[in-house]
Amino acid sequence: MAQPAQVAATEPVLAVRDITKTYGGVTALSGVSLSLSPGEVHCLAGENGCGKSTLIKIISGAERPDRGEIVIDGVAHGAMDPASAIRSGVQVIYQDFSLFPNLTVAENVTLTSAVADGNRLYSAAALRPAARKIVDELGLDLDLDADVERLTVADKQLTAICRALVHEARVIIMDEPTTALTHAEVARLFALVERLRNRGVALVFVSHKLDEVLQVSQRVTILRSGRHVVTAPADELSPTAIAHHMTGREVSEERLVSSLPADAPTVLDVRGLALEGAFADVSFTLRRGEILGVTGLLGSGRTEIAEALFGIARADRGEIEVDGKQLAIHRIDDAVRAGIGYVPEDRLTQGLFLEKSIADNIIAGSLDRHRSRARLLDRGRVRATIQTLFERLRVKAPNTRALVRSLSGGNAQRVVIAKWLATQPKVLMLNGPTVGVDVGSKAEILDILRKEAERGMGVIVISDDAPELVACCHRVLIVRRGRLVHELTADEVTVSSIQERMAA
Amino acid sequence: MSSVSTTQITGTSLELLRRLRGPNNEGALALILVGLVIVTSIANPAFFTVPTMFSVLRNSIVPLIFALGVLVVIISGGIDVSFPAIASFAAYSTVRAAQEFFDPGLIGAFAFALGLGALLGLVNGIVIARFRLPTLIVTLGSQGVFIGVLLTYVGSEYVAQLPGSLASLSKTNLLEVSSGGRGAFLPVMVIPAILLSVLVTWLLRRTMFGRGVYAIGGDVEAARRAGFPVVRIQLLIYVLVGMMAATAGVIFTIMGRSASPRDLVGIELDIIAAVVLGGASIFGGRGSVLGTLLGVLIVQVIGSSLILAGVPSAWQRAAVGFLLLVGVGVQAVAARRSARHRRVVRTEEVVA
Repeated sequence: MAQPAQVAATEPVLAVRDITKTYGGVTALSGVSLSLSPGEVHCLAGENGCGKSTLIKIISGAERPDRGEIVIDGVAHGAMDPASAIRSGVQVIYQDFSLFPNLTVAENVTLTSAVADGNRLYSAAALRPAARKIVDELGLDLDLDADVERLTVADKQLTAICRALVHEARVIIMDEPTTALTHAEVARLFALVERLRNRGVALVFVSHKLDEVLQVSQRVTILRSGRHVVTAPADELSPTAIAHHMTGREVSEERLVSSLPADAPTVLDVRGLALEGAFADVSFTLRRGEILGVTGLLGSGRTEIAEALFGIARADRGEIEVDGKQLAIHRIDDAVRAGIGYVPEDRLTQGLFLEKSIADNIIAGSLDRHRSRARLLDRGRVRATIQTLFERLRVKAPNTRALVRSLSGGNAQRVVIAKWLATQPKVLMLNGPTVGVDVGSKAEILDILRKEAERGMGVIVISDDAPELVACCHRVLIVRRGRLVHELTADEVTVSSIQERMAA
Repeated sequence: MSSVSTTQITGTSLELLRRLRGPNNEGALALILVGLVIVTSIANPAFFTVPTMFSVLRNSIVPLIFALGVLVVIISGGIDVSFPAIASFAAYSTVRAAQEFFDPGLIGAFAFALGLGALLGLVNGIVIARFRLPTLIVTLGSQGVFIGVLLTYVGSEYVAQLPGSLASLSKTNLLEVSSGGRGAFLPVMVIPAILLSVLVTWLLRRTMFGRGVYAIGGDVEAARRAGFPVVRIQLLIYVLVGMMAATAGVIFTIMGRSASPRDLVGIELDIIAAVVLGGASIFGGRGSVLGTLLGVLIVQVIGSSLILAGVPSAWQRAAVGFLLLVGVGVQAVAARRSARHRRVVRTEEVVA
């Protein structure tokens, strides 16, 4: 890849050339190159599994590339290790920040540089001024003596940024920096980014929230399936062009909702639901065959509402009716018995038995429905249910005996959905149904939801992916600060209306 | 929000309370200890005497040394149940070797025992750090192996006569007081216990190794990313526990004036209970030497008061087990409450 002419004037602070990395036969990166100039904000974009995280791990020394080199200040390295990367001024701020929750802000800020310096002794008092200096220079309001576990997400991020700067970081790589922040916090972060840029720090933002990141980036590099697709100045790329580069095809933002009879009866009626510290006064209804979107920022309470309906957290107040029958949902059992299903956000740890077969996973939630008269399992019916759902959801696997661990994200998600469909729920709630699923599978999963809705199930999709909500939801509820603040219906359901109201 | 204003009013007094409480509730533990001593003394005046106090201190020496090692493992987010086996192995082998071959002298004996302790600790460390296996299971297994090897190859019989170099210390006292016809004495072995407490405090607070232990206990993955040599630190932790256990084993043998490979079996309950009561978090990342010292003393005071009250020894074990459950329970409740607190804070912020 040739360097664009306008940045050739300044020597890149960091460059990677022709990086290739495979994991046991799967190619994660293939001949990827990237260069960073001082004072530049570079956006690294791509779909899940495109190799962004692998590239970061290689730059930070967490992984060794199979081929290629990392050039820092003109010196080529075959591979980095974490300590030498930090010594060279490369710092990664991971999505989880990699802070030590049990240590204070001051310790967190200074500890890694002490490690990188190869110190043997440690003195909290001697390191504190360095932490103080950075916090003051950036004009931040951080309590140096607070334990990090007591901080808000935004303050944790600031702590991580300070930590990066203490060791004179010249390259800061931030993984999904805006995902967990509120609108105001994002604005503060971007103001800080400008100050960092003026200090000559190069920043890499890894993100899928393009509209946000494009505001502060000078250049954008897009990866797809482990390959470099394009590097271009940010102002030359439109969001649609980026989406096109990321997916390799035209992504339709088409709205395609399943047919919903005007006289469809109400299946779920929630009135005045409240959980202290999470949400309050949540009331809505869901009709048979309807797909209802629930959206809001991370921490808005959208997940907690679903968890309360499913009995994971017990609501303090409020009434829940399913099919006109009032219910008390205290435990997950109560919800399942009432016909409510829930596909959690983190399906790999919460929704699946990874070491078990597809068949076992599909039937795991509905064994009670497949008993013979003697209270034993009715093998014939079990097999029939498994086979029907396996085919109906078009799970891509040689047969139902394949282990779930071997499936891709999209197929694993189908298995979780199949597990719930086997219980014949009246209401199915899905949290982030297409997180970690590739674009093709995403469309198919949404299609499955439409079909199941048409069969008469009520579906609730909890997501912060606006295009996904637009694509399949009849109505969208917007949660802000633990309250339902808007209800968008019919033509009001558009990407821009959702995004505006979510963040407002 | 009304709760905000009340937080502000109580904020300063809370701050004062927080400082008194110490980072790991050491203040609260000290209060509990004082309270226990007072209550027991009122119930049984025989308790509040120099001989009883000295006996509590005497009985705390070996548990404290064990506990210092266990503290380090627990802070790192692990657990070690093999330390009594390592202690027995190191101490008994040292005594037997001195019997069979020659008496290496006090320093030689300690060096030999420390070497064995380090070696056995290294075995634990290698399995745990290299293969990233759960520490409880590994040390449970290695404990069986160590005891089995000891009984099979080193011996199993009781040794009544210690080698001269060790026996000479058995009766050396640091302090002797006679009060009310009863002699009260404090053996010289309190000195190593104090020195080791200072050493572990220094290790944990003033060395990068110590910070690494806390870092690993806080978040292993973050520690790895920060460049801490995680494998090396874990190896060192288990070697350190092995050496502390060996030291405790030899001191136990000296103070007991005899050696048997089975004496220390079951002591892990008392030690782990003391460390957890002392505020070390079973989830890792928290704990202090001061808290551990207080935890050990609390367990010993409760033990002594139960003896004075004539409670059968079977119940003493139950009491210690109960204490461990209380310690763990308090931590779990506190963790849940702080999670809830965080959630409330978060929504308040958004609402404000």
